Amino acid sequence: MTIASGTVREAAIAAPPPDRPDFPARPRRRRRLTRNRWGYAYVAPFFLVFAAFSLYPFLYTAWISLHRTSLSNINGGEFIGLENYRNLLESEFFWNAARNTLTIGILSTVPQLCMALGLAHLLNYKLRGRTFFRTVMLMPYATSIAAATLVFAQLFGRDYGLINTGLEAVGLDRIDWEAGTVSSQVAIAVIVTWRWTGYNALIYLAAMQSIPGELYEAAEIDGASKWKQFLHVTIPSLRPTILFTVVISTIGAVQLFGEPLLFAGNGTTSGGSAGQYQTLGLLMYQQGWTNFHIGQAATTAWAMFLIILVIVGVNAVIGRLRSRAER
Amino acid sequence: MSRSTRGKAVFGAALAAALLTAGCGSDDSSAAAADYDPDAPVTLTVGTFGTMDFDNAGLYEEYMALHPNVTIEQNNVAQSAAYYKSLQTRLAANSGLDDIQALEIGFIADVVRNHADAFVDWSQEENADELEGNFYDWKWGQATTSDGATIALGTDTGPQAMCYRKDLFQEAGLPTDRAEVAELWPTWDAYLDAARQYQSTSDAAFVDSPASIFSSSVYQGEVAYNDEDGNPIPGESEGVERAWGYASQAAEEGLTANLSQFGDEWNAAFSNGAFATIACPAWMLGYINSQMGDSGAGLWDIAPLPGAAEGASNWGGSFLGVPADGPNVEAAKDLVEWLTAPEQQVKMFTEAAHFPSSEQAAEDPGVQDAVNEYFSGAPTGAIFGESAANIRRTPIGPYDTQIQEAFTTGLTDIATRGTSPDQAFEDALKAAEQAIGG
Repeated sequence: MTIASGTVREAAIAAPPPDRPDFPARPRRRRRLTRNRWGYAYVAPFFLVFAAFSLYPFLYTAWISLHRTSLSNINGGEFIGLENYRNLLESEFFWNAARNTLTIGILSTVPQLCMALGLAHLLNYKLRGRTFFRTVMLMPYATSIAAATLVFAQLFGRDYGLINTGLEAVGLDRIDWEAGTVSSQVAIAVIVTWRWTGYNALIYLAAMQSIPGELYEAAEIDGASKWKQFLHVTIPSLRPTILFTVVISTIGAVQLFGEPLLFAGNGTTSGGSAGQYQTLGLLMYQQGWTNFHIGQAATTAWAMFLIILVIVGVNAVIGRLRSRAER
Repeated sequence: MSRSTRGKAVFGAALAAALLTAGCGSDDSSAAAADYDPDAPVTLTVGTFGTMDFDNAGLYEEYMALHPNVTIEQNNVAQSAAYYKSLQTRLAANSGLDDIQALEIGFIADVVRNHADAFVDWSQEENADELEGNFYDWKWGQATTSDGATIALGTDTGPQAMCYRKDLFQEAGLPTDRAEVAELWPTWDAYLDAARQYQSTSDAAFVDSPASIFSSSVYQGEVAYNDEDGNPIPGESEGVERAWGYASQAAEEGLTANLSQFGDEWNAAFSNGAFATIACPAWMLGYINSQMGDSGAGLWDIAPLPGAAEGASNWGGSFLGVPADGPNVEAAKDLVEWLTAPEQQVKMFTEAAHFPSSEQAAEDPGVQDAVNEYFSGAPTGAIFGESAANIRRTPIGPYDTQIQEAFTTGLTDIATRGTSPDQAFEDALKAAEQAIGG
């Protein structure tokens, strides 16, 4: 999946690093370059690998997206300029997938980050067996998507799934999780949330531990409850971290692929009988690897990349405006 | 990125590109046929998918015993779709191909149309007429280009019948004897009537999925997904229209278990007795057996496919091709000829239930008289033999798999989301056109 990996790394690079220090005056630059040449030598391997496995596929994907070509004739095909892009924008499959990606993204990212914040807050107290809880929390992240999704697909099974058996036991109707639009998207969001909550919680926890204890002491002396402390001390101090997790989760949400693919259970790429949970990632895979129209798939990959750029850009602008407002 | 790192990155990209091209262009031309020494030690790789069973039927061992200088290595990929994806990229790079590549009916048309040059042309062999005589004409035709080049030899086929659960039929008051069952559904309309009768008395569904009806009846007409020239015509095909009519009725009336074939729930439904009939290409017998294990022995029986008197139908089957640029082309050709010869096809049926693509093999007493004890002693050789003999040569095309998936997905939509058949057909057609176009 060179196309997907190309976009994720590029996107990560494209995100401006927070609080970049100002460079000193220009004349010193040449001397610094020579003085630090070993530093550059040490980072060179990364950039070589990056160029070979990210930059090159990334640019190549752009080139392919301008052609009408198939997977087995990837170097050939007919140059058609931006026609693939026009077709994509006119395609109802694209808009359906974009809509699904957005709704599944909201359904998974919002609860995920809220729960992670709460969990991190709880784990920040001096609990017995803290290390155990922290390790357990990270377990889902260490589980392979395939294994996790297969288990969840069994849970959400219509005829023999555990959840439906439970629903029936308490007198409720069975739900055909895969067939419904909302139910299938909720099921997929649950898988994503399960997998990433612990990861985000650990990031929050690390940030929380760098909040000076005096702030909490001062708040306590002022008579602030634990909840008020969370609201007025913890959250504001975590703002850059929250922004970071929002950006990372959003990028992940735009690229959501493995979960909907495996949720179907039989390897089909249509994302449900009416495409009710086909994400952009799945659409790209269907175009390129089921229908073998690699030019179209490359176009979708680039569309996804541009969407990520816009989202990251908006986030960066919001972050900058806020920090300027505070200054 | 600062200027100097960007420079490095560009340099790196150029380097990577150079390395990649060097890596891809290193194919030596094949050893000329004149230099071929049949006794020289050689290792042949065979790329296969799913359960092709050459190994399980003991054919590799037998060949290596006959030719001690030959070592055979099989590279098997579980799913044919995944296998085809990697074959496509290897054909594109003309690198990494095995000495022998298996080709499934779902993508043979694409290979015939777009990659015929990459494979050995069997019609140019000295014994081409003899080879052609080994196979059903439709099987030979499926691997032949419009210019007459035949790029692969047939292995098995998927002549169809209808498997049914005797125990469930009995409970529902339907006949269980296979001759009486055959009379129960001479046509698909009669089959749907039987389904209605069955469901009025039983909790279980009559058929596993609307796809079972669609995928088997679509090939009974003159044309399925393509016109005579192999160009896709999903919207105008009389076969599609007929099959869609039957299958969408079953889906709309709830006569099916609403399952997606080859999904997890479908697999689980076999042993849960969730359906009473399923369209059975010869290879489905092995699938049922593996899903149900010993507990299913004697529960199933086999009757002819509805509408069999008008037209038999074929679902699935494979071929073996020899990439023309490989280093061991001559040795690979010998192995493929041997593996696909009628005698070996008989063994494939008796050992592993793969129905032959060779008329001689199908008429061999070893096949003709074969019975399957697991399926209540059904005379599988005779049932599938008759079906295979009546198969018409329906033109196949490069997008058959995708088009079929579009229609069966549409049928699932009727069954599980209550979409109207007309709307579902329209959606399926759009999905099919998306797969074809571009």
